[in-house]
Amino acid sequence: MSDVIVQSGQEVVGVSRITGPIMIVEGASNVSYDEVVEIRDGQGNLRRGRVLEVGEKTCVVQIFAGSTGLSIDGTRVRFLGDTLRIPVAEEMLGRVFDGLGNPLDGGPQPLTDHYADVNGQPINPTARIYPRDYIQTGISAIDGLNTLLRGQKLPIFSGAGMPHDQLAAQIVRQATLGAATDAPASGQVEQFAIVFAAMGVKHDVANFFRRSFTDSGALTRVAMFLNLADDPPVERLVTPRAALTLAEYLAYERGMHVLVILTDMTNYCEALRQISNIRGEVPSRKGYPGYLYSDLASMYERTGRIRTSEGSITQIPILTMPSDDITHPVPDLTGYITEGQITLGRELDHSGIYPPIAVLPSLSRLMKDGIGQGRTRGDHPRWGAQLYAAYAHMQDVRSLASVIGEEELGEVDQKYLKFGRAFEKEFVNQSLTENRTIEQTLSIGWRLLSMLPKDELTRVSLDELKNYYKGDDADH
Amino acid sequence: MSEQIGTVTWISGPVVRARGSRYVGMLELVEVGEERLVGEVIGLNGDIITVQVYEETSGMKPGAPMYGTGLPLSVELGPGLLKSIFDGVQRPLPLIEIESGSFIGRGMRLDPLYRKDRWKFTPTAKVGDVVSRSAIIGTVMETETFEHRIMVPADLFGTLSWVAPSGEYTIEEPIAKLKVGNQEKVLTMLQRWPVRKPRPYLNRLRGTTPLITGQRVLDTFFPVSKGGAAGIPGPFGSGKTVTQHSIAKWADAQVIVYIGCGERGNEMTEVLQEFPHLVDPRSGRPLMERTVLIANTSNMPVAAREASIYTGITIAEYYRDMGYHVALMADSTSRWAEALREVSGRLEEMPAEEGYPAYLAGRLAEFYERAGYVETMNDHIGSVTIVGAVSPPGGDFSEPVTQHTKRFIRCFWALDKSLSSARHFPSINWLDSYSEYLDDVAEWWQEKVGKDWLKMRNHAMELLSEESRLSQIVKLVGPDALPDEERLVLETSRLLREGFLQQNAMDKVDAYSTIQKQIRMLELILHFHERGLRIVKHGAPISLIHNLPVVDTLIRMKGLVPNEELEKMEDIQKQIDEQMSQLDAEYR
Ligand SMILES: Nc1ncnc2c1ncn2[C@@H]1O[C@H](COP(=O)(O)OP(=O)(O)OP(=O)(O)O)[C@@H](O)[C@H]1O
Ligand SMILES: [Mg+2]
Repeated sequence: MSDVIVQSGQEVVGVSRITGPIMIVEGASNVSYDEVVEIRDGQGNLRRGRVLEVGEKTCVVQIFAGSTGLSIDGTRVRFLGDTLRIPVAEEMLGRVFDGLGNPLDGGPQPLTDHYADVNGQPINPTARIYPRDYIQTGISAIDGLNTLLRGQKLPIFSGAGMPHDQLAAQIVRQATLGAATDAPASGQVEQFAIVFAAMGVKHDVANFFRRSFTDSGALTRVAMFLNLADDPPVERLVTPRAALTLAEYLAYERGMHVLVILTDMTNYCEALRQISNIRGEVPSRKGYPGYLYSDLASMYERTGRIRTSEGSITQIPILTMPSDDITHPVPDLTGYITEGQITLGRELDHSGIYPPIAVLPSLSRLMKDGIGQGRTRGDHPRWGAQLYAAYAHMQDVRSLASVIGEEELGEVDQKYLKFGRAFEKEFVNQSLTENRTIEQTLSIGWRLLSMLPKDELTRVSLDELKNYYKGDDADH
Repeated sequence: MSEQIGTVTWISGPVVRARGSRYVGMLELVEVGEERLVGEVIGLNGDIITVQVYEETSGMKPGAPMYGTGLPLSVELGPGLLKSIFDGVQRPLPLIEIESGSFIGRGMRLDPLYRKDRWKFTPTAKVGDVVSRSAIIGTVMETETFEHRIMVPADLFGTLSWVAPSGEYTIEEPIAKLKVGNQEKVLTMLQRWPVRKPRPYLNRLRGTTPLITGQRVLDTFFPVSKGGAAGIPGPFGSGKTVTQHSIAKWADAQVIVYIGCGERGNEMTEVLQEFPHLVDPRSGRPLMERTVLIANTSNMPVAAREASIYTGITIAEYYRDMGYHVALMADSTSRWAEALREVSGRLEEMPAEEGYPAYLAGRLAEFYERAGYVETMNDHIGSVTIVGAVSPPGGDFSEPVTQHTKRFIRCFWALDKSLSSARHFPSINWLDSYSEYLDDVAEWWQEKVGKDWLKMRNHAMELLSEESRLSQIVKLVGPDALPDEERLVLETSRLLREGFLQQNAMDKVDAYSTIQKQIRMLELILHFHERGLRIVKHGAPISLIHNLPVVDTLIRMKGLVPNEELEKMEDIQKQIDEQMSQLDAEYR
């Protein structure tokens, strides 16, 4: 992993065609697939690119910064003889880099001879440790119903204008390693780090995150990779990979617990689509290339824990669903790869609920292994199933009420409606700074369930009812 | 063993072209570059050889050598397959970890089966025996309870001229010699078989035994027969993998082949960490001892993903040929189809629907056709049951992979997003799913449980479809508008849904139901309906029936009554009778 970047190589003229960020180079031999190239324009300015396809005499090069200002005859290309690598070092925490990993903060290049391939390598499934430790985020809708575990990839599915950035920042601020409600506080300080990658988001968003990291005193533990809205789109294809390359180093070679935030994956996918279309590839859905699934997986799967290291990578990718459509290829393929999703709901947002987490379309697949006896609390799994079932039933009641009117509902269904409103207002809703313990979250849930008749609660055990149910027909 | 057959001229991801020999065969295995990355010939045009490479090709250059092997892509078969975990081209992942650490390196060349283990071989044939293809000539205990039957290779027959005495042998040591014409072939316990070629059998039979999975909605409502093929389509997060894992754990097959094809790393790790600690209820041994895992996760090379399905099915057929019942899980066949599409795209082939190559349907048919209940070449009965997950984009079942799959399977377990959002698990939609094996397995049920399973099952289905019709009305006018008899249908259907169809894979008692438990549960719910119907007719109001304590019991019985304590069901039946009679008495 610690090869030194190759700086020398052959320089050739021979650009025969330029289309968008893609260029065809002729007459170069000894070029390798996926090799990095350095491109010098007529003025002597440098930019970088990568070989996408190579034949005996020609090769196809993708230019990260785009082709603006490049001419057929005035352009020289140097092949650097190696795949794209970035330096990785602990000192990169507290620093800001561009989308290709070059310093943006005026500071020096990180001092290291450790350069790692941005593509990484697949983790061997036999080397993984299955995630089991839960992260307490202090947010009830997550901790209670969509528990996040260390080593999980759990995206936020959002839409334009919804508070996904606030939610991600709140998670970063409040995240602590969870403990069972009856376990003594460990007092052990663990090494943590945050790697933040921005793809095509506005300056405001990047600044918002930076402020939030500063306010929480975490800034020295954060490395930021920024490809903003006005930066070259093709560079975006490298940004998350550069970030993950650093994350892997910190987690697996430095034993840190790394939280990776990637935003906005939709912009990433658009850049990929653009390249694919220019190359004339056969599209699958909505013009996205057929390999979008594999491409996304090559990033999302760079998450988890391995046996040879104490550290872990937890990923929270953020994506905005075009027209709030969860079946759009970007959320759809993401959902097929990640271990669940936190979905934000437009209606909740409109009714002033923060965080507007729509619990029914949200899911944490690893939750089952991180909660319950000895982890959170024994009643947690069934408590969660019961809240879900009750809330799902409430949705049916709500739509019935909208047809026949609330007064026409039976007594029990009226209780469901009340439960539903309280659930949204008191359980899902909380303030930007409210940090609830798992104990608090569970007891709010029980208070809400107690609004329903006892014999409606068939998902929880009879013992749990005895211990926690406080409704009118509770037995004492 | 390999000679240079060409020189690389073009590279694009997993697809590489070379110029060279015109004697290279289609589907021949080749090695590319100094690292000798393994690939397979997928196109020949004059002296241009097109190859799909099973590893990452970064750094490869035109001019690199290509070597031929003269062999098609094959798997190694023999003792030691069980408990293994391989990648899509049968590289042993634990050994790769030893060689290259936590991350999978390139150019790794490792024998799939471990060569040094010594297996205790017991001959069952003797010198002079005339043996046909796949004849069993000896046995080896592959695990404490699993007898691995050593067969003559499926493409050889002749007269045994020597058979090794009982004793311990490695898989490469001779255990017999076979006279084929005037040639003598040395047989070992290790064999190879090309993955894309189905292994031969004598006859295909009609499967009349269901594959019992312990999952109520499957066994009771939509059974698949041993040797059958089932598809589980569903959007993300709807429960395909959990269902496949449940089947892999509890199905009454003797061997399980589980293919993680383009899915998550953690899911394979989960199986690896969980199966050794779970006990097979039938053999009393860890589940891992009957399992072969193929893991080519979504971030592993896409061409090897394409191969993984064939690697898995060939191993499954090998155990079938010994006379075993094998169940194969493929999660997800859509990722396999996408691998086909990706390679096809790089070849610039003419796409058919949604970018998939025109041969998609053909490949799917070939795969599912390898399921079957057969009489083996050695006169045993064996079967391969295929359960394939399908991941339709956007959950839309009209897309090509789901549609074509439907043509080649006879059992369709349709997962439903609205059910999974409401946490109804397994979220198999009872109205959209079907099984064409119902009549095939009805007799088996009658024999095993002594009851008319099909009649009860159909009655329950009628209630559920009636419920669906009635709930349309309820949505418009509320439940009060319905007569009590129809409201009883809603009540019973709720019991069927919550008490029977819903099954929690994470709950110790509920995760697996024996057929005896299944039929008893169904019987009780239908009994409730029948009694309820009678007292409703006498005037008992539905609201009081709804509030009977036994309703709660019927919903909870799945978790309250373990498989071993079915006598408790008698008590529940008594409760139904008593509570109904009491109510009836009040309103008569
Ligand atoms: N039988 C079940 N019992 C309890 N929970 C279940 C069951 N089936 C599914 N689930 C829940 O649903 C979640 C998603 O299921 P699963 O991972 O099987 O989905 P999937 O269809 O394979 O999704 P993908 O296509 O993304 O792989 C599980 O993590 C679990 O929480
Ligand atoms: Mg799955």
